[in-house]
Formats: sequence, structure tokens, C-alpha cells
Amino acid sequence: MSTLVFLEHHGSSIQKGSLGVLSKAVSLDPDTSAVLIGSGVAPLAEQAGRYGAKQVFVADSESLEAPLPQPRVDVISRLVADKGFGNVLFAASVLGTDIAGGVSARLDAGLNWDLNDLAMDGGALVGKRSALGDTIRADVGWSSEPRLGLIRAGSFDPVESGGSASVEEISADLEDFSTKAVMVDQAHEEQTGPSIEDAEILVTGGRGLGSPEAFSLMEDLASALGGAVASTRAVVDSGWYPYPTQVGQTGKVVSPKLYIGCGVSGAIQHKVGMQTSQVIVSINKDPNAPIFDFSDLGVVGDLQTIVPKLTELVKERRGS
Amino acid sequence: MKIAVCVKEVPDPGPNRRIDPGTLRMDRSGDRSLNAYDLNAVEEGIRLRDAAGDGEVVLVSLGASKALDSIRKGLAMGADRAVLVSDEAAVGSDLVATSYVLAKALEAESPDLVLFGQQASDADGAVLWAAVADRLKMPVISQISELEVADGSITAKRQTEFGYDRIRTSLPAVLAVADSLNEPRYPSLKGIMGAKKKPQDVKSLADVGVDAARAGEAGSRTTVISLSPPESRGGNQKIEDDGNAAQQILDFLVERKLV
Ligand SMILES: Cc1cc2nc3c(=O)[nH]c(=O)nc-3n(C[C@H](O)[C@H](O)[C@H](O)COP(=O)(O)OP(=O)(O)OC[C@H]3O[C@@H](n4cnc5c(N)ncnc54)[C@H](O)[C@@H]3O)c2cc1C
Ligand SMILES: Nc1ncnc2c1ncn2[C@@H]1O[C@H](COP(=O)(O)O)[C@@H](O)[C@H]1O
Repeated sequence: MSTLVFLEHHGSSIQKGSLGVLSKAVSLDPDTSAVLIGSGVAPLAEQAGRYGAKQVFVADSESLEAPLPQPRVDVISRLVADKGFGNVLFAASVLGTDIAGGVSARLDAGLNWDLNDLAMDGGALVGKRSALGDTIRADVGWSSEPRLGLIRAGSFDPVESGGSASVEEISADLEDFSTKAVMVDQAHEEQTGPSIEDAEILVTGGRGLGSPEAFSLMEDLASALGGAVASTRAVVDSGWYPYPTQVGQTGKVVSPKLYIGCGVSGAIQHKVGMQTSQVIVSINKDPNAPIFDFSDLGVVGDLQTIVPKLTELVKERRGS
Repeated sequence: MKIAVCVKEVPDPGPNRRIDPGTLRMDRSGDRSLNAYDLNAVEEGIRLRDAAGDGEVVLVSLGASKALDSIRKGLAMGADRAVLVSDEAAVGSDLVATSYVLAKALEAESPDLVLFGQQASDADGAVLWAAVADRLKMPVISQISELEVADGSITAKRQTEFGYDRIRTSLPAVLAVADSLNEPRYPSLKGIMGAKKKPQDVKSLADVGVDAARAGEAGSRTTVISLSPPESRGGNQKIEDDGNAAQQILDFLVERKLV
């Protein structure tokens, strides 16, 4: 068996999530290689060696500059077909997920997603995941090679093992359709003000607020409690609140003493950003909202009436 | 503009949603509806068709034949017709098999645009479009929160872990929309009545040119080995607001020394 790990980079560093997957892969299979794809990425290969990759394949070309999935599907699929890797692993990200889906189709290779652990069972790779909004856990497998796996963000920490990898350059022959999508404007790191990652109390507003104006309810409660305001992707995408306040897979991972979710459904991609909060309180008018499954106190009700009252009660209590 | 929208019937979220411990497959016998995330894709398809002034919106799905009950909601919203691939031999299809069958059904339609929802609420994969796009040899843009169509090209904004990208592509293309892209309309009474009369083709695997060996469990490459209960988290205390919820929340916070 041999394993290949896709290393996603941003600027001049490899994403921590990818290095975590690499470390885990190395612990299960000493014959683990990595692949780096982009423009000017060759110098990053040495980092991959330090995390235990035996060999690093590098596709370095201007045509691979933009972090778009389809050119990477071309490179990885060809590499996997040539070298016959048994396992191909990706850290889940917007880019990694789209690449994994494409490779699955190109190679007719099974893909298991949302894995939060991997194990070897008598020489066979087994994936561990939860499903249906984390209401059940499953062991999953593959019925043929290569086996593709997408690992949920934050599942594995990178562990430096201090090795060095041999580096092999690979070519970037791209399919016509893979170059049709072009990057017009690539995301830049947003300015950071006071970070929600540092707040001990977070009052999070979701789409259930109904309008951007209703965020004042969140701000009042947060200021009464001495906390900060956070948000979901749905409200950030709608332009109701700024991106740096977003909690979740494509936002911040937070771990406050208290998280209060108001009008937040608790989608899995939001949950992965806040599940380590010490105490979780949620207000939602839908009794079946997934967030109730992981709340210490869940309140079925209308945030529009409950939140202002709560703010007043907190102010009275704190004598302000 | 001819627009295909991929939609899926899913079990309603809630305590009854489960995986059948016998078959290790999703139990689809309870209450079901159209995947809520797909309503955004249907809505966008209708708007793009109307803005173009011509063309049609075709709903394309793989599922049980009774899934038409749910798919009709998309027709009631304003889609023109539906194609449902339904076949005993397709039961239990994973990503490899589903993407293959859908790509075959889509090829037969040769649409200018193929739209997907953000995720299927029973699978949470958010990955099918990438596989279908590869099979169709079309460019793909996912997680779209803003969309502009001009002169035969699409420019879309999407969120990644680093903020927002803007990506452009020519048509035909595969697009997956985020749930914030639009506010799906409610079907009108007239729409609901009219939906029954719109064309609804149920096709077998053979009808879309798929060999049974490439669908269902035979065509799948992943397996479920075993199920186990989740780790429970939190006290999971749940109350209904009877007018006193704010006080109850405060008491809870005081007890935990958080206020
Ligand atoms: C690859 C990927 C990455 C993603 N990354 C993230 C991420 O980083 N962060 C993130 O948050 N999401 C992320 N998402 C999106 C995620 O799947 C959900 O779409 C999103 O979290 C939903 O946000 P929401 O809870 O605000 O909205 P909704 O899901 O629309 O929920 C609104 C809730 O408000 C309730 N409500 C409505 N009115 C009231 C009222 N008056 N009182 C009380 N309750 C009310 C409703 O019952 C509902 O449960 C991602 C998705 C994908 C596919
Ligand atoms: N069986 C299906 N038939 C048609 N479209 C589907 C099916 N399953 C998923 N989809 C589409 O693919 C999107 C993503 O699904 P998933 O990758 O399974 O989370 C959904 O929002 C639908 O648009």
C-alpha cells in the first residue's frame, strides 16, 4: 500500500490542516508521499519532508497559480494513475473538496468525506465519520483502489518528525475544460480588528435574525454580557455582517466559555467552528433545529421577544 | 438559455431521520421533501431563465419514483419540467455511481448551465457537482454567493477559508449555489395546481444509457461497515418558551457563573 496526501498552500505556507492529514497518514503508512501544486511552490517541498513525507511530487507552473480545483484534478489523477497510490487523502476545504470530487469521477474512485479519524484494520484502511448532523457515527470503507478520503477540518494536528523528502517534479498537462474557469480576483486575508477568537463570550446571530438591522439585538446582548458578536456564513454571504466575525469551516474556529446562538440552525460546517465552546445556549423557533443536539440549554422560541428581555435581565443583574 | 437544476428528495430533518441498521442505508420511508438547499438552485434557475427571456428550467434527479411528490415543488415554483431517473438497480448509489448516472441524464439534455444546491441535507457532502462537472467535461464554480451573467460568461463570488474569490467562466458550466444567494419563492396556488400538468419523465437506467453495473451498489466504490451511537455533548436541556424563557436563560447563566 502507498498513500498520497494533497498539500494545500496559501501564500508561502502549507495549510496546517493538510500537514495534520500528512502526519496521520505517515503514522498509518510509512510509504506516504505528498503532492504540492501551484506556481513557485517548489521551496515548500522541504516542509513536507519535515512532517514525514517520503517523497514530494511538485507540479510547479504558472498555469497552476490560481487555487482552482480542475487543473489540480488533472495533475493528481495522472499522478495517482501513474504511481498506483492505494490511498489519496485531502484535508477538507473549499478547494480540497472540489478536487476530491473531481478525482473521484475521473478515476471512478470511491470517496468518503467528513472523516474525523482513520485506522488500519488488518491492512485495510477504515474511515471514521459521523453522519446526519453528528447524530450517528459510522465506520466506512472502500471496495476498490484508490481509496479517496476527505478529512474534516481540525481532526489531526501536524507532528514534525524531522525527516527529509526526495522531490520529483511532475508535469502539468491540463484538459481544455479545466482551464475555462479563471480567477478574476483572489481572496486576500481580511483586516483583523478585535478577534472573536479572543472573546470569552460570543453572541452569534444567524439568518433567523431576519435582517441586518436585527444584529443590534446581538450587539446589545453582547455588550450587556461583556462579550463579542459572531455570525454564520449565511449572514456574511448576504452582506449582513462582516466576514471576520464568521464562525465555522470557512470562518474562525472559536472556543469561548459561553456561546449563545440566536437564529442559527447549527449546520455541520458551523458546528465544526464552535463545538469546543464550554457552554452552548441556543434560541431557535424550530424544535428540530440541529443546534439543539449540541446545546447545553436549548430554547425553542422567538429570538425577537426573548433576546431583548434577556438583555434587560442581564443588565439588571449586573447593575448597569 | 437551457438550465438543468439537480435536485434531491431527502428525509425531513428531525428525530425520525435515521440510517436503517439492517441495510446500513438512509431510511427513506418517513416524511420527505425537496432538499431545502436545492430551492436556492431552482430559484436561481427560474430567475436566469426569465432574465434571458427564453429557454427552460429542467429539474434532474436520481431517486425513488415517489420522489416526484417532492420534486413537484420545484415545478410549482416555476421550473418547466422534471426528469427523474428511478430504478431498483440504482438504490444505494454512492458518489461515483450517482455522478455517473446524473451525468448521463444531463448529457441527454445538453444544457447551457447545470445548477446544484449547496449540499444535500442527508449527505452533507457538498461534493457531487465537482464529480458531475468532471464527467461532463465542464468548468465548475462552487459555493456561489453572488452571480452575474453577461455575454455568455458567468462571474461568481464564493467564500473560501481566506475570504472571497471572484471566478469567471464561459458556458456551458456547472454551478453550485450557496443558501444565501437568493430567497426562494413560495409556490403560488396557481403554481401548485399547474405543476401537476407539467411534464414529469421517469426514466430507467437503460433509458439514460447506463449499464446497471455502473449504478447502485454494483457501481459504488464505498461501503458502510458499521454504525454506532454518537458521543453525546452537553446537558441537552431543552425548554419551550412560555413567556419565561429569558428568565430561565438568565438563571442558567447565573448557575454556571457566566453572569
Ligand atoms: C463548504 C461549506 C463551508 C461552509 N462554511 C460555513 C462556515 O464557516 N460557517 C457557517 O456558519 N456556515 C458555513 N456553511 C454554511 C452552512 O451549511 C449553513 O448554510 C449556514 O451555517 C446556515 O446559517 P444560519 O444558521 O444562519 O441559517 P439557516 O440555516 O437558514 O438557519 C436559520 C435558523 O433561524 C431560525 N429562526 C428563524 N426565525 C427565527 C426567530 N424569529 N427566532 C428564533 N429562530 C429563528 C430557523 O428556525 C433556522 O433554524 C458552509 C457550507 C459549505 C457547503
Ligand atoms: N440524487 C440526486 N439527484 C439529483 N441531484 C442531487 C442528488 N443528490 C445530490 N444532488 C445535488 O447535489 C447537491 C450536493 O449534494 P451532496 O454533494 O450530496 O451534498 C445537492 O444540493 C443537489 O443539488
